[in-house]
Amino acid sequence: MGVTLSYLGVIVLLPVIALVLKGAEIGPARFWAITTAPRTLAALQLTLLAATMATIFNALYGLLMAWVLVRYEFPGKRILDALVDIPFALPTAVAGLALSALFAANGWYGAILEPMGLPVVFTIWGVAIAMSFTSIPFVIRAVQPVLEDLDPQYEQAARTLGAGRFTIFARVIFPAILPAFLVGVTLSFARSLGEFGAVVFIAGNLPMKTEIASLLAVIRLEEYDYNGAAVIALVLLLIALLLLVVSNLLQARALRYKGKTA
Amino acid sequence: MTMTIRNLTRRFGQTEVLRGIDLTVEKGELVALLGPSGSGKTTLLRIISGLDWPDAGQLTVAGGDWLAKKAEERRTGFVFQHYALFPHMKVRDNIAFGLTVLPRDRRPPPVQIRARVAELLQFLQIPHLADRYPSELSGGQRQRVALGRALAIDPEVLLLDEPFGALDAQVRRDLRRWLREVHDATGTTTIFVTHDQEEAFELADRVVVMGAGQIEQIGRPDEIYDHPASPFTARFLGLTVEIPVNLRAGRIEAPGLDGSALSRRAMADGPATLFLRPSDITPVPDPEGAFRITEAVSTGALLRLRLEGPADCIAEAELPRRAGVPGLIPGQRVRLRPEAGQIFPGGPGPVQAAAVPSLKTKESLQ
Ligand SMILES: Nc1ncnc2c1ncn2[C@@H]1O[C@H](COP(=O)(O)OP(=O)(O)O)[C@@H](O)[C@H]1O
Ligand SMILES: [Mg+2]
Repeated sequence: MGVTLSYLGVIVLLPVIALVLKGAEIGPARFWAITTAPRTLAALQLTLLAATMATIFNALYGLLMAWVLVRYEFPGKRILDALVDIPFALPTAVAGLALSALFAANGWYGAILEPMGLPVVFTIWGVAIAMSFTSIPFVIRAVQPVLEDLDPQYEQAARTLGAGRFTIFARVIFPAILPAFLVGVTLSFARSLGEFGAVVFIAGNLPMKTEIASLLAVIRLEEYDYNGAAVIALVLLLIALLLLVVSNLLQARALRYKGKTA
Repeated sequence: MTMTIRNLTRRFGQTEVLRGIDLTVEKGELVALLGPSGSGKTTLLRIISGLDWPDAGQLTVAGGDWLAKKAEERRTGFVFQHYALFPHMKVRDNIAFGLTVLPRDRRPPPVQIRARVAELLQFLQIPHLADRYPSELSGGQRQRVALGRALAIDPEVLLLDEPFGALDAQVRRDLRRWLREVHDATGTTTIFVTHDQEEAFELADRVVVMGAGQIEQIGRPDEIYDHPASPFTARFLGLTVEIPVNLRAGRIEAPGLDGSALSRRAMADGPATLFLRPSDITPVPDPEGAFRITEAVSTGALLRLRLEGPADCIAEAELPRRAGVPGLIPGQRVRLRPEAGQIFPGGPGPVQAAAVPSLKTKESLQ
């Protein structure tokens, strides 16, 4: 217990504290100036927007995928189930290279999309796709076990009471998996905010256009602008923290029927 | 509405779980499905509600083919063994569920739903629980809510699967009486499953005894209690003592057995088996008796005797301890005087399942 906590402190807490101290050292005025600099703002905006797009897609597709994996039997199901973990297992740089090869103008997907006037590489779509790819397992793996353990009697009870399939999903199943779903979505969003390896290959990294915040932090670091790097990192950290708080509040709300006497 | 079940069959792989069920349930009846665990009771209930489908057979309600209807179209109030209350909904929302999911054109306005829920809460004597979550209720309270949720849709038939199975004895008795009252007040046709004969006999208008996927007997509680129609039913209803006898001119003959309290029977001469409840056997001390007491245990109210007879025949007798019959101690020889019993043709061992007219005691004939 003690070891676990101190380990957590050294690995997680200490860097965060160092970062916050660094931020405090900079002072509010400088902090504000760096944050609102056009290039920083553009990077933050792109990152947030792309992460939101990726997360919305992951939420919908991840839920569907978990549903299919739990509720349907089909040949190759076990293989598909194993494939879900690939985005986590793959080095992100490899994922990024593979994605940019696929979506490049001469790649398998790009060759179809580009002529339709839907370029992906070097656009926000590319950024979002890379983010989505690397974070989708969060949603699937969070929802899947809860869905598996869900007692079929609740659905059966709902059916005898006259509820159709959609109503059962909306009013019986979804509330049961909601807490897990929120966890998956939050993690997916947090991961998308910080995703670096996969994104930089497909984004093109044009300043003011397709440059994500964590890349800008790296660039500042390379320019020996430690303050600039720290401010961007801090802003990302604050957004992630805020997200965790909101997510926990929502979860607590979704679970309010449990906590009391059992 | 009359529910008619014809030749219903259900297989799970190789196992035949229901093997040709025929049953008719009249409007307003309270019917118990009584049988040991694994006899197919739940499966039958699930088929009636549309949660499962038979491999063959018919199910009609008021002349309409229910097998052509989906579960959500049948309006069966199903009360699950473990209640299956929606954990994220308060009691009032659980009860309202069936009304709020009605198609828009048939759904009552919210005010009306609220009023109906309040009325049900009152009727079920649980208005104080309206704003609790299921996790904040005791087992008995959950059971009441589950019944309220099922009643809210004004069901065609109410189906209860071992409704009191998970509750302790006192709550069981209270809820049993309460369910009877609810049934009498609403007049809802009700089928409930149990493996507890006392529960079935006390509560039901008619009892359906099931064994291994078949109906063994249907009848009023007393009828079944007095005249089990098959060796299976006899054993299941507590006629656990089996004594091989010989029938001659309608009288039983067996060493050490005094059949004078049993009436004559119109049955062919030959070997047969007498089924008895331990409480229907009176042991009479007799130095010449064919049975010997090997064990005498008191349960407080009862004296329980274990008896060994000729040809390895083991019997058990129960009598009020305070009646104080002297000489009922281990080692003592006795003869047995059955007060009531059931007789089936055939010797001991795998007994023929043929139903046979029952044996009446002299007392019940007078
Ligand atoms: N879904 C199922 N798949 C396979 N076997 C089943 C299934 N449901 C029930 N059974 C089997 O059918 C038999 C009867 O079960 P059930 O109807 O639950 O009996 P009861 O309710 O009388 O205890 C049991 O042997 C059980 O194992
Ligand atoms: Mg059962």
